[in-house]
Amino acid sequence: MIEVRDLAKRYGSTVAVDGISFTVRPGAVTGFLGRNGAGKSTTMRMILGLIRPTRGTALVCGRPYRELADPLRRVGALLEARSAHPDRTAYHHLLWLARSNRIPTARVHEVPGMAGREPAAGRRAGGFSLGMAQRLGLAAALLGDPEVLVLDEPMNGLDPDGIRWLRGLLRDYAAQGRTVFVSSHLMGEVAQTADRVIVIDGGRLVADTTVAELTAGGSLEDAFFRLTEGRRE
Amino acid sequence: MSVAAAARAEWVKIRTLRSTVGALLPVVVVGVGLAHLAGTSMRDARADGPPLDPLFPAFYGLTLAQLGVVVFAVLTIGSEYGTGTIAPALLATPRRGVFYAGKAIAATLAAAAVALVTVPGAFAAAQAALGPKGVGVTAEGVPEALVGAFLFLTLMCPFALGVATMLRSTVRALAILLPVFFLGSQGIANVPALKPVLQYMPDQVAWVIMHLTGPPGDPRFARDYGPWEGVGLLVLWTAAALAGGYLVLRRADV
Ligand SMILES: Nc1ncnc2c1ncn2[C@@H]1O[C@H](COP(=O)(O)OP(=O)(O)OP(=O)(O)O)[C@@H](O)[C@H]1O
Ligand SMILES: [Mg+2]
Repeated sequence: MIEVRDLAKRYGSTVAVDGISFTVRPGAVTGFLGRNGAGKSTTMRMILGLIRPTRGTALVCGRPYRELADPLRRVGALLEARSAHPDRTAYHHLLWLARSNRIPTARVHEVPGMAGREPAAGRRAGGFSLGMAQRLGLAAALLGDPEVLVLDEPMNGLDPDGIRWLRGLLRDYAAQGRTVFVSSHLMGEVAQTADRVIVIDGGRLVADTTVAELTAGGSLEDAFFRLTEGRRE
Repeated sequence: MSVAAAARAEWVKIRTLRSTVGALLPVVVVGVGLAHLAGTSMRDARADGPPLDPLFPAFYGLTLAQLGVVVFAVLTIGSEYGTGTIAPALLATPRRGVFYAGKAIAATLAAAAVALVTVPGAFAAAQAALGPKGVGVTAEGVPEALVGAFLFLTLMCPFALGVATMLRSTVRALAILLPVFFLGSQGIANVPALKPVLQYMPDQVAWVIMHLTGPPGDPRFARDYGPWEGVGLLVLWTAAALAGGYLVLRRADV
Protein backbone atom coordinates (compact mmCIF):
# COMPACT_ATOMS: atom_id res chain seq x y z
CA MET A 1 0.00 0.00 0.00
CA ILE A 2 1.19 3.50 -0.89
CA GLU A 3 -0.63 6.51 0.59
CA VAL A 4 0.10 9.96 -0.78
CA ARG A 5 -1.46 12.98 0.96
CA ASP A 6 -1.29 16.52 -0.42
CA LEU A 7 2.20 15.92 -1.79
CA ALA A 8 3.91 18.93 -3.38
CA LYS A 9 7.35 19.85 -4.67
CA ARG A 10 8.52 23.13 -6.07
CA TYR A 11 11.90 23.96 -7.58
CA GLY A 12 12.29 27.72 -7.40
CA SER A 13 9.41 29.01 -9.48
CA THR A 14 8.67 25.61 -11.08
CA VAL A 15 5.91 23.65 -9.39
CA ALA A 16 6.77 20.04 -10.21
CA VAL A 17 4.05 18.44 -8.09
CA ASP A 18 1.12 20.55 -6.93
CA GLY A 19 -0.57 18.90 -3.96
CA ILE A 20 -1.71 15.45 -5.03
CA SER A 21 -3.40 12.74 -2.96
CA PHE A 22 -4.04 9.12 -3.92
CA THR A 23 -3.75 5.59 -2.59
CA VAL A 24 -2.17 2.70 -4.47
CA ARG A 25 -3.79 -0.49 -3.16
CA PRO A 26 -2.36 -4.01 -3.00
CA GLY A 27 -3.62 -6.76 -5.28
CA ALA A 28 -3.68 -4.64 -8.44
CA VAL A 29 -1.37 -3.16 -11.04
CA THR A 30 -1.76 0.63 -10.95
CA GLY A 31 -0.55 2.59 -13.97
CA PHE A 32 0.78 6.13 -13.48
CA LEU A 33 0.23 8.31 -16.55
CA GLY A 34 1.08 11.87 -17.51
CA ARG A 35 2.88 13.87 -20.16
CA ASN A 36 6.61 14.60 -20.08
CA GLY A 37 7.20 16.87 -17.12
CA ALA A 38 3.84 16.08 -15.51
CA GLY A 39 5.57 15.16 -12.25
CA LYS A 40 5.54 11.34 -12.25
CA SER A 41 9.22 10.78 -11.49
CA THR A 42 9.25 13.54 -8.88
CA THR A 43 6.25 11.96 -7.14
CA MET A 44 7.89 8.52 -7.16
CA ARG A 45 11.14 9.93 -5.76
CA MET A 46 9.24 11.66 -2.97
CA ILE A 47 7.44 8.40 -2.15
CA LEU A 48 10.86 6.72 -1.94
CA GLY A 49 12.45 9.34 0.31
CA LEU A 50 14.97 10.55 -2.29
CA ILE A 51 13.39 14.00 -2.65
CA ARG A 52 12.08 16.01 0.28
CA PRO A 53 8.54 17.21 -0.39
CA THR A 54 7.83 20.91 -0.08
CA ARG A 55 4.56 19.84 1.54
CA GLY A 56 2.55 16.71 2.28
CA THR A 57 3.38 13.12 3.16
CA ALA A 58 3.88 9.77 1.49
CA LEU A 59 3.60 6.47 3.33
CA VAL A 60 4.76 3.07 2.08
CA CYS A 61 3.62 0.04 4.08
CA GLY A 62 2.15 2.55 6.55
CA ARG A 63 5.37 4.46 7.22
CA PRO A 64 7.57 7.07 5.58
CA TYR A 65 10.03 5.18 3.36
CA ARG A 66 13.01 6.49 5.35
CA GLU A 67 11.74 4.77 8.49
CA LEU A 68 11.57 1.27 6.96
CA ALA A 69 14.19 -1.14 8.29
CA ASP A 70 15.83 -3.04 5.40
CA PRO A 71 13.54 -1.30 2.88
CA LEU A 72 14.63 -3.44 -0.10
CA ARG A 73 12.86 -6.38 1.57
CA ARG A 74 9.57 -4.45 1.51
CA VAL A 75 9.83 -2.12 -1.51
CA GLY A 76 11.48 -2.62 -4.88
CA ALA A 77 12.10 0.43 -7.04
CA LEU A 78 13.38 1.19 -10.53
CA LEU A 79 14.01 4.85 -11.33
CA GLU A 80 16.75 5.21 -13.93
CA ALA A 81 17.76 2.60 -16.45
CA ARG A 82 21.45 3.21 -15.81
CA SER A 83 21.92 3.29 -12.07
CA ALA A 84 24.79 0.84 -11.65
CA HIS A 85 28.41 2.03 -11.64
CA PRO A 86 29.73 1.50 -15.21
CA ASP A 87 32.97 -0.10 -13.96
CA ARG A 88 31.27 -2.55 -11.62
CA THR A 89 29.91 -5.91 -12.78
CA ALA A 90 26.17 -6.52 -12.55
CA TYR A 91 26.83 -9.29 -10.04
CA HIS A 92 28.77 -6.99 -7.72
CA HIS A 93 26.09 -4.30 -8.07
CA LEU A 94 23.48 -6.79 -6.85
CA LEU A 95 25.89 -8.05 -4.18
CA TRP A 96 26.35 -4.69 -2.45
CA LEU A 97 22.61 -4.11 -2.58
CA ALA A 98 22.06 -7.51 -0.93
CA ARG A 99 24.65 -6.80 1.79
CA SER A 100 23.07 -3.45 2.64
CA ASN A 101 19.72 -5.07 3.46
CA ARG A 102 20.90 -8.45 4.79
CA ILE A 103 19.55 -10.33 1.79
CA PRO A 104 21.18 -13.81 1.39
CA THR A 105 23.80 -14.04 -1.36
CA ALA A 106 21.87 -17.00 -2.81
CA ARG A 107 19.14 -14.56 -3.84
CA VAL A 108 21.68 -12.62 -5.94
CA HIS A 109 22.32 -15.80 -7.96
CA GLU A 110 18.67 -16.50 -8.72
CA VAL A 111 16.89 -13.11 -8.80
CA PRO A 112 14.63 -12.65 -11.87
CA GLY A 113 15.68 -10.12 -14.51
CA MET A 114 19.41 -10.69 -14.43
CA ALA A 115 20.35 -13.50 -12.09
CA GLY A 116 23.89 -13.42 -10.75
CA ARG A 117 24.62 -16.81 -12.29
CA GLU A 118 23.87 -15.61 -15.85
CA PRO A 119 27.00 -14.91 -17.93
CA ALA A 120 25.94 -11.27 -18.53
CA ALA A 121 26.04 -10.63 -14.78
CA GLY A 122 29.82 -11.02 -14.83
CA ARG A 123 30.18 -8.10 -17.24
CA ARG A 124 30.68 -4.44 -16.32
CA ALA A 125 27.42 -2.50 -16.40
CA GLY A 126 28.97 0.28 -18.50
CA GLY A 127 29.01 -2.04 -21.51
CA PHE A 128 25.34 -2.93 -21.25
CA SER A 129 22.72 -2.09 -23.87
CA LEU A 130 19.73 -0.08 -22.64
CA GLY A 131 17.62 -3.22 -22.33
CA MET A 132 20.32 -5.07 -20.36
CA ALA A 133 20.72 -2.09 -18.03
CA GLN A 134 16.96 -2.07 -17.54
CA ARG A 135 16.99 -5.80 -16.71
CA LEU A 136 19.71 -5.19 -14.13
CA GLY A 137 17.61 -2.38 -12.64
CA LEU A 138 14.62 -4.73 -12.47
CA ALA A 139 16.75 -7.42 -10.82
CA ALA A 140 17.83 -4.84 -8.24
CA ALA A 141 14.17 -3.95 -7.61
CA LEU A 142 13.16 -7.61 -7.21
CA LEU A 143 16.18 -8.58 -5.09
CA GLY A 144 14.42 -8.34 -1.72
CA ASP A 145 11.24 -10.13 -2.96
CA PRO A 146 9.31 -6.95 -2.05
CA GLU A 147 5.60 -6.57 -1.35
CA VAL A 148 5.53 -3.14 -3.07
CA LEU A 149 6.96 -2.31 -6.51
CA VAL A 150 7.53 1.27 -7.70
CA LEU A 151 8.74 1.28 -11.31
CA ASP A 152 9.40 4.37 -13.45
CA GLU A 153 8.98 3.47 -17.13
CA PRO A 154 10.26 -0.10 -16.69
CA MET A 155 9.44 -1.20 -20.26
CA ASN A 156 11.99 1.25 -21.76
CA GLY A 157 14.48 -0.54 -23.92
CA LEU A 158 13.14 -4.03 -23.25
CA ASP A 159 12.82 -6.35 -26.25
CA PRO A 160 9.51 -8.13 -26.99
CA ASP A 161 10.54 -11.09 -24.81
CA GLY A 162 11.44 -8.74 -21.99
CA ILE A 163 8.16 -6.86 -22.26
CA ARG A 164 6.16 -10.09 -22.21
CA TRP A 165 8.14 -11.35 -19.24
CA LEU A 166 7.68 -8.10 -17.30
CA ARG A 167 3.95 -7.95 -18.09
CA GLY A 168 3.54 -11.46 -16.68
CA LEU A 169 5.63 -10.64 -13.64
CA LEU A 170 3.60 -7.53 -12.80
CA ARG A 171 0.34 -9.50 -13.17
CA ASP A 172 1.70 -12.30 -10.95
CA TYR A 173 2.83 -9.84 -8.29
CA ALA A 174 -0.62 -8.22 -8.20
CA ALA A 175 -2.31 -11.65 -8.12
CA GLN A 176 -0.21 -12.50 -5.08
CA GLY A 177 -1.68 -9.48 -3.29
CA ARG A 178 1.34 -7.20 -3.74
CA THR A 179 1.22 -3.50 -4.61
CA VAL A 180 2.43 -2.60 -8.12
CA PHE A 181 2.80 1.06 -9.16
CA VAL A 182 4.16 1.60 -12.69
CA SER A 183 4.59 4.79 -14.69
CA SER A 184 4.49 4.51 -18.45
CA HIS A 185 3.89 6.39 -21.70
CA LEU A 186 2.83 3.19 -23.51
CA MET A 187 -0.95 3.34 -23.47
CA GLY A 188 -1.42 -0.04 -25.15
CA GLU A 189 0.86 -1.67 -22.60
CA VAL A 190 -0.92 -0.03 -19.66
CA ALA A 191 -4.33 -1.00 -21.06
CA GLN A 192 -3.16 -4.64 -21.20
CA THR A 193 -1.38 -4.79 -17.86
CA ALA A 194 -2.96 -2.37 -15.39
CA ASP A 195 -6.19 -2.66 -13.40
CA ARG A 196 -6.23 0.95 -12.27
CA VAL A 197 -4.68 4.19 -13.50
CA ILE A 198 -3.71 7.44 -11.88
CA VAL A 199 -3.30 10.31 -14.31
CA ILE A 200 -1.55 13.57 -13.45
CA ASP A 201 -1.08 16.70 -15.48
CA GLY A 202 0.94 19.77 -14.58
CA GLY A 203 1.56 18.30 -11.14
CA ARG A 204 -2.17 17.86 -10.42
CA LEU A 205 -4.28 14.73 -10.18
CA VAL A 206 -6.76 14.47 -13.06
CA ALA A 207 -7.94 10.85 -12.73
CA ASP A 208 -7.79 7.99 -10.26
CA THR A 209 -9.94 5.19 -11.57
CA THR A 210 -10.08 1.72 -13.17
CA VAL A 211 -8.86 0.96 -16.66
CA ALA A 212 -12.24 -0.62 -17.40
CA GLU A 213 -14.04 2.62 -16.66
CA LEU A 214 -11.68 4.76 -18.72
CA THR A 215 -11.80 2.48 -21.74
CA ALA A 216 -15.59 2.07 -21.71
CA GLY A 217 -16.00 4.74 -24.39
CA GLY A 218 -12.89 4.04 -26.49
CA SER A 219 -9.19 3.42 -26.15
CA LEU A 220 -7.08 4.35 -23.14
CA GLU A 221 -5.17 6.71 -25.42
CA ASP A 222 -8.37 8.61 -26.29
CA ALA A 223 -9.27 8.82 -22.61
CA PHE A 224 -5.79 10.11 -21.80
CA PHE A 225 -6.02 12.93 -24.33
CA ARG A 226 -9.53 13.82 -23.16
CA LEU A 227 -8.33 14.05 -19.54
CA THR A 228 -5.26 16.17 -20.25
CA GLU A 229 -6.63 18.24 -23.15
CA GLY A 230 -7.37 21.55 -21.41
CA ARG A 231 -3.76 21.84 -20.33
CA ARG A 232 -1.97 21.28 -23.63
CA GLU A 233 0.52 23.96 -24.52
CA MET B 1 22.53 -2.84 13.49
CA SER B 2 22.04 -1.33 10.06
CA VAL B 3 25.22 0.78 10.19
CA ALA B 4 27.08 -2.55 10.10
CA ALA B 5 25.05 -3.68 7.06
CA ALA B 6 25.69 -0.33 5.37
CA ALA B 7 29.42 -0.63 6.08
CA ARG B 8 29.49 -4.17 4.63
CA ALA B 9 27.78 -2.92 1.46
CA GLU B 10 30.32 -0.08 1.23
CA TRP B 11 33.16 -2.56 1.60
CA VAL B 12 31.80 -4.54 -1.38
CA LYS B 13 31.66 -1.27 -3.37
CA ILE B 14 35.27 -0.38 -2.47
CA ARG B 15 36.76 -3.74 -3.38
CA THR B 16 34.83 -4.13 -6.65
CA LEU B 17 36.04 -0.95 -8.37
CA ARG B 18 39.42 -0.64 -10.06
CA SER B 19 39.51 3.08 -9.29
CA THR B 20 39.22 2.80 -5.51
CA VAL B 21 41.60 -0.15 -5.24
CA GLY B 22 43.91 1.59 -7.72
CA ALA B 23 44.06 4.74 -5.58
CA LEU B 24 45.00 2.91 -2.38
CA LEU B 25 47.66 0.46 -3.57
CA PRO B 26 50.16 3.16 -4.72
CA VAL B 27 50.05 4.61 -1.20
CA VAL B 28 52.10 1.65 0.01
CA VAL B 29 54.43 1.59 -2.99
CA VAL B 30 55.08 5.35 -3.02
CA GLY B 31 55.33 5.67 0.77
CA VAL B 32 57.81 2.83 1.19
CA GLY B 33 59.68 3.47 -2.06
CA LEU B 34 60.29 7.17 -1.39
CA ALA B 35 61.38 6.39 2.16
CA HIS B 36 64.03 4.06 0.78
CA LEU B 37 65.18 6.63 -1.80
CA ALA B 38 65.31 9.48 0.72
CA GLY B 39 67.15 7.30 3.21
CA THR B 40 69.73 6.33 0.62
CA SER B 41 70.43 9.92 -0.43
CA MET B 42 70.70 11.10 3.18
CA ARG B 43 73.13 8.35 4.06
CA ASP B 44 75.41 9.61 1.30
CA ALA B 45 75.03 13.27 2.33
CA ARG B 46 78.13 15.17 3.39
CA ALA B 47 78.99 14.95 7.06
CA ASP B 48 79.41 18.73 7.45
CA GLY B 49 75.82 19.43 6.30
CA PRO B 50 72.86 20.26 8.64
CA PRO B 51 72.14 17.77 11.43
CA LEU B 52 70.42 14.63 10.21
CA ASP B 53 66.88 13.78 11.39
CA PRO B 54 66.42 10.04 10.75
CA LEU B 55 62.64 10.47 10.80
CA PHE B 56 62.70 12.86 7.86
CA PRO B 57 63.35 10.28 5.11
CA ALA B 58 60.92 7.84 6.75
CA PHE B 59 57.90 10.11 6.50
CA TYR B 60 58.74 12.63 3.80
CA GLY B 61 57.31 10.31 1.12
CA LEU B 62 54.02 10.07 3.02
CA THR B 63 53.27 13.68 2.16
CA LEU B 64 53.03 12.52 -1.45
CA ALA B 65 51.55 9.06 -0.74
CA GLN B 66 48.68 10.64 1.21
CA LEU B 67 47.29 11.93 -2.08
CA GLY B 68 46.28 8.33 -2.85
CA VAL B 69 44.24 8.23 0.36
CA VAL B 70 42.65 11.59 -0.53
CA VAL B 71 41.75 10.46 -4.07
CA PHE B 72 40.39 7.16 -2.70
CA ALA B 73 38.18 8.90 -0.14
CA VAL B 74 36.89 11.43 -2.67
CA LEU B 75 36.07 8.65 -5.16
CA THR B 76 34.04 6.64 -2.64
CA ILE B 77 31.39 9.37 -2.49
CA GLY B 78 32.12 11.42 -5.65
CA SER B 79 31.61 8.44 -7.96
CA GLU B 80 28.16 7.85 -6.43
CA TYR B 81 27.09 11.30 -7.58
CA GLY B 82 29.00 11.07 -10.86
CA THR B 83 27.43 7.79 -11.94
CA GLY B 84 24.02 8.11 -10.30
CA THR B 85 24.51 5.18 -7.91
CA ILE B 86 23.60 7.56 -5.08
CA ALA B 87 19.90 6.85 -5.82
CA PRO B 88 20.04 3.05 -5.35
CA ALA B 89 22.40 3.59 -2.40
CA LEU B 90 19.86 5.79 -0.62
CA LEU B 91 16.99 3.48 -1.60
CA ALA B 92 18.88 0.67 0.11
CA THR B 93 19.87 2.78 3.14
CA PRO B 94 17.41 5.67 3.28
CA ARG B 95 18.52 7.03 6.65
CA ARG B 96 21.17 9.44 5.45
CA GLY B 97 23.18 9.31 8.67
CA VAL B 98 23.32 5.51 8.57
CA PHE B 99 24.46 5.52 4.93
CA TYR B 100 27.10 8.16 5.67
CA ALA B 101 28.36 6.39 8.81
CA GLY B 102 28.59 3.07 6.93
CA LYS B 103 30.59 4.69 4.14
CA ALA B 104 32.90 6.56 6.52
CA ILE B 105 33.56 3.42 8.57
CA ALA B 106 34.30 1.17 5.59
CA ALA B 107 36.52 3.72 3.84
CA THR B 108 38.41 4.66 7.00
CA LEU B 109 39.05 1.02 7.89
CA ALA B 110 40.44 0.45 4.39
CA ALA B 111 42.69 3.52 4.75
CA ALA B 112 43.75 2.40 8.22
CA ALA B 113 44.77 -1.01 6.87
CA VAL B 114 46.87 0.68 4.19
CA ALA B 115 48.41 3.06 6.74
CA LEU B 116 49.20 0.12 9.02
CA VAL B 117 51.35 -1.38 6.26
CA THR B 118 52.75 1.86 4.83
CA VAL B 119 53.95 3.66 7.96
CA PRO B 120 56.03 0.84 9.51
CA GLY B 121 57.15 -0.13 6.00
CA ALA B 122 58.35 3.41 5.26
CA PHE B 123 60.12 3.64 8.61
CA ALA B 124 61.87 0.29 8.12
CA ALA B 125 62.85 1.10 4.53
CA ALA B 126 64.32 4.49 5.51
CA GLN B 127 66.28 3.12 8.48
CA ALA B 128 67.59 0.19 6.42
CA ALA B 129 68.76 2.64 3.74
CA LEU B 130 70.32 4.96 6.34
CA GLY B 131 72.36 2.02 7.63
CA PRO B 132 74.52 3.08 10.59
CA LYS B 133 72.93 6.56 10.64
CA GLY B 134 69.48 5.04 11.18
CA VAL B 135 67.59 4.63 14.46
CA GLY B 136 65.52 1.80 16.01
CA VAL B 137 61.78 1.80 16.71
CA THR B 138 62.40 2.48 20.38
CA ALA B 139 64.62 5.55 19.85
CA GLU B 140 63.47 8.78 21.42
CA GLY B 141 60.43 10.28 19.67
CA VAL B 142 60.08 7.41 17.21
CA PRO B 143 57.05 5.59 18.66
CA GLU B 144 55.11 8.88 18.86
CA ALA B 145 56.03 9.82 15.30
CA LEU B 146 54.96 6.35 14.05
CA VAL B 147 51.60 6.63 15.80
CA GLY B 148 51.24 10.20 14.56
CA ALA B 149 51.99 9.23 10.96
CA PHE B 150 49.50 6.36 11.15
CA LEU B 151 46.77 8.62 12.54
CA PHE B 152 47.51 11.29 9.94
CA LEU B 153 47.37 8.92 6.97
CA THR B 154 44.18 7.32 8.31
CA LEU B 155 42.39 10.56 9.23
CA MET B 156 42.97 12.07 5.79
CA CYS B 157 40.37 9.56 4.56
CA PRO B 158 37.34 10.72 6.61
CA PHE B 159 38.53 14.33 6.21
CA ALA B 160 38.54 14.12 2.40
CA LEU B 161 35.31 12.09 2.45
CA GLY B 162 33.59 14.85 4.41
CA VAL B 163 34.82 17.56 2.03
CA ALA B 164 33.73 15.54 -1.04
CA THR B 165 30.30 14.89 0.51
CA MET B 166 29.90 18.63 1.01
CA LEU B 167 30.81 19.31 -2.63
CA ARG B 168 28.95 16.29 -4.10
CA SER B 169 31.50 15.82 -6.87
CA THR B 170 34.84 14.10 -7.46
CA VAL B 171 36.17 16.92 -9.64
CA ARG B 172 35.18 19.79 -7.36
CA ALA B 173 36.52 17.98 -4.30
CA LEU B 174 39.91 17.22 -5.89
CA ALA B 175 40.15 20.77 -7.28
CA ILE B 176 39.91 22.07 -3.72
CA LEU B 177 41.77 19.36 -1.84
CA LEU B 178 44.82 18.83 -4.03
CA PRO B 179 46.04 22.46 -3.90
CA VAL B 180 45.53 22.40 -0.13
CA PHE B 181 47.78 19.37 0.12
CA PHE B 182 50.40 20.86 -2.18
CA LEU B 183 50.63 24.20 -0.39
CA GLY B 184 52.99 22.87 2.23
CA SER B 185 55.32 21.15 -0.19
CA GLN B 186 55.65 24.44 -2.02
CA GLY B 187 56.69 26.08 1.22
CA ILE B 188 54.01 28.77 1.20
CA ALA B 189 53.27 28.03 4.84
CA ASN B 190 56.79 29.23 5.74
CA VAL B 191 56.12 32.74 4.41
CA PRO B 192 56.00 34.81 7.60
CA ALA B 193 52.87 36.77 6.69
CA LEU B 194 50.85 33.63 5.93
CA LYS B 195 52.22 31.33 8.60
CA PRO B 196 49.88 32.32 11.47
CA VAL B 197 46.92 30.97 9.49
CA LEU B 198 48.38 28.38 7.15
CA GLN B 199 50.24 26.53 9.88
CA TYR B 200 46.88 25.12 10.95
CA MET B 201 46.03 23.63 7.52
CA PRO B 202 45.77 19.82 7.64
CA ASP B 203 48.93 19.16 5.63
CA GLN B 204 50.98 21.53 7.82
CA VAL B 205 49.62 19.82 10.91
CA ALA B 206 50.72 16.52 9.39
CA TRP B 207 54.29 17.83 8.98
CA VAL B 208 54.44 18.74 12.64
CA ILE B 209 53.05 15.36 13.69
CA MET B 210 55.70 13.57 11.62
CA HIS B 211 58.59 15.92 12.61
CA LEU B 212 59.12 17.22 9.09
CA THR B 213 58.95 20.96 9.69
CA GLY B 214 62.64 21.57 9.18
CA PRO B 215 65.74 21.54 11.39
CA PRO B 216 65.03 21.86 15.12
CA GLY B 217 65.60 25.40 16.38
CA ASP B 218 65.12 27.11 12.99
CA PRO B 219 62.49 29.81 13.69
CA ARG B 220 61.26 29.73 10.08
CA PHE B 221 59.92 26.24 10.63
CA ALA B 222 58.66 26.58 14.20
CA ARG B 223 54.93 26.15 14.74
CA ASP B 224 52.71 27.34 17.59
CA TYR B 225 51.78 23.80 18.59
CA GLY B 226 53.41 20.43 19.19
CA PRO B 227 52.77 16.97 17.66
CA TRP B 228 50.00 15.90 20.07
CA GLU B 229 48.16 19.17 19.70
CA GLY B 230 48.63 18.51 15.98
CA VAL B 231 46.80 15.18 16.28
CA GLY B 232 44.02 17.03 18.11
CA LEU B 233 43.88 19.59 15.28
CA LEU B 234 43.60 16.84 12.67
CA VAL B 235 40.75 15.27 14.62
CA LEU B 236 39.02 18.67 14.68
CA TRP B 237 39.51 19.14 10.92
CA THR B 238 38.11 15.66 10.31
CA ALA B 239 35.13 16.18 12.60
CA ALA B 240 34.33 19.53 10.95
CA ALA B 241 34.55 18.05 7.43
CA LEU B 242 32.39 15.04 8.37
CA ALA B 243 29.81 17.27 10.04
CA GLY B 244 29.70 19.58 7.01
CA GLY B 245 29.21 16.60 4.72
CA TYR B 246 26.38 15.30 6.87
CA LEU B 247 24.58 18.65 6.85
CA VAL B 248 24.65 18.67 3.03
CA LEU B 249 23.72 15.00 2.63
CA ARG B 250 20.87 15.20 5.14
CA ARG B 251 18.96 17.71 3.03
CA ALA B 252 20.04 16.73 -0.48
CA ASP B 253 17.48 15.73 -3.13
CA VAL B 254 18.74 12.93 -5.40
N1 LIG C 1 15.95 18.93 -10.02
C1 LIG C 1 15.02 19.70 -10.65
N2 LIG C 1 15.20 21.02 -10.72
C2 LIG C 1 14.30 21.80 -11.34
N3 LIG C 1 13.18 21.35 -11.92
C3 LIG C 1 12.95 20.03 -11.89
C4 LIG C 1 13.87 19.12 -11.25
N4 LIG C 1 13.37 17.88 -11.38
C5 LIG C 1 12.22 17.98 -12.06
N5 LIG C 1 11.95 19.27 -12.37
C6 LIG C 1 10.77 19.77 -13.11
O1 LIG C 1 9.64 19.20 -12.51
C7 LIG C 1 8.69 18.85 -13.48
C8 LIG C 1 8.29 17.40 -13.33
O2 LIG C 1 9.35 16.57 -13.72
P1 LIG C 1 9.28 14.98 -13.65
O3 LIG C 1 10.62 14.46 -13.99
O4 LIG C 1 8.69 14.57 -12.36
O5 LIG C 1 8.25 14.65 -14.83
P2 LIG C 1 7.81 13.24 -15.42
O6 LIG C 1 6.33 13.19 -15.33
O7 LIG C 1 8.55 12.14 -14.79
O8 LIG C 1 8.22 13.42 -16.94
P3 LIG C 1 8.74 12.32 -18.01
O9 LIG C 1 7.54 11.66 -18.57
O10 LIG C 1 9.40 13.15 -19.06
O11 LIG C 1 9.67 11.38 -17.32
C9 LIG C 1 9.28 19.22 -14.82
O12 LIG C 1 8.80 20.49 -15.18
C10 LIG C 1 10.75 19.29 -14.54
O13 LIG C 1 11.38 20.20 -15.39
MG1 LIG D 1 9.96 10.75 -15.52
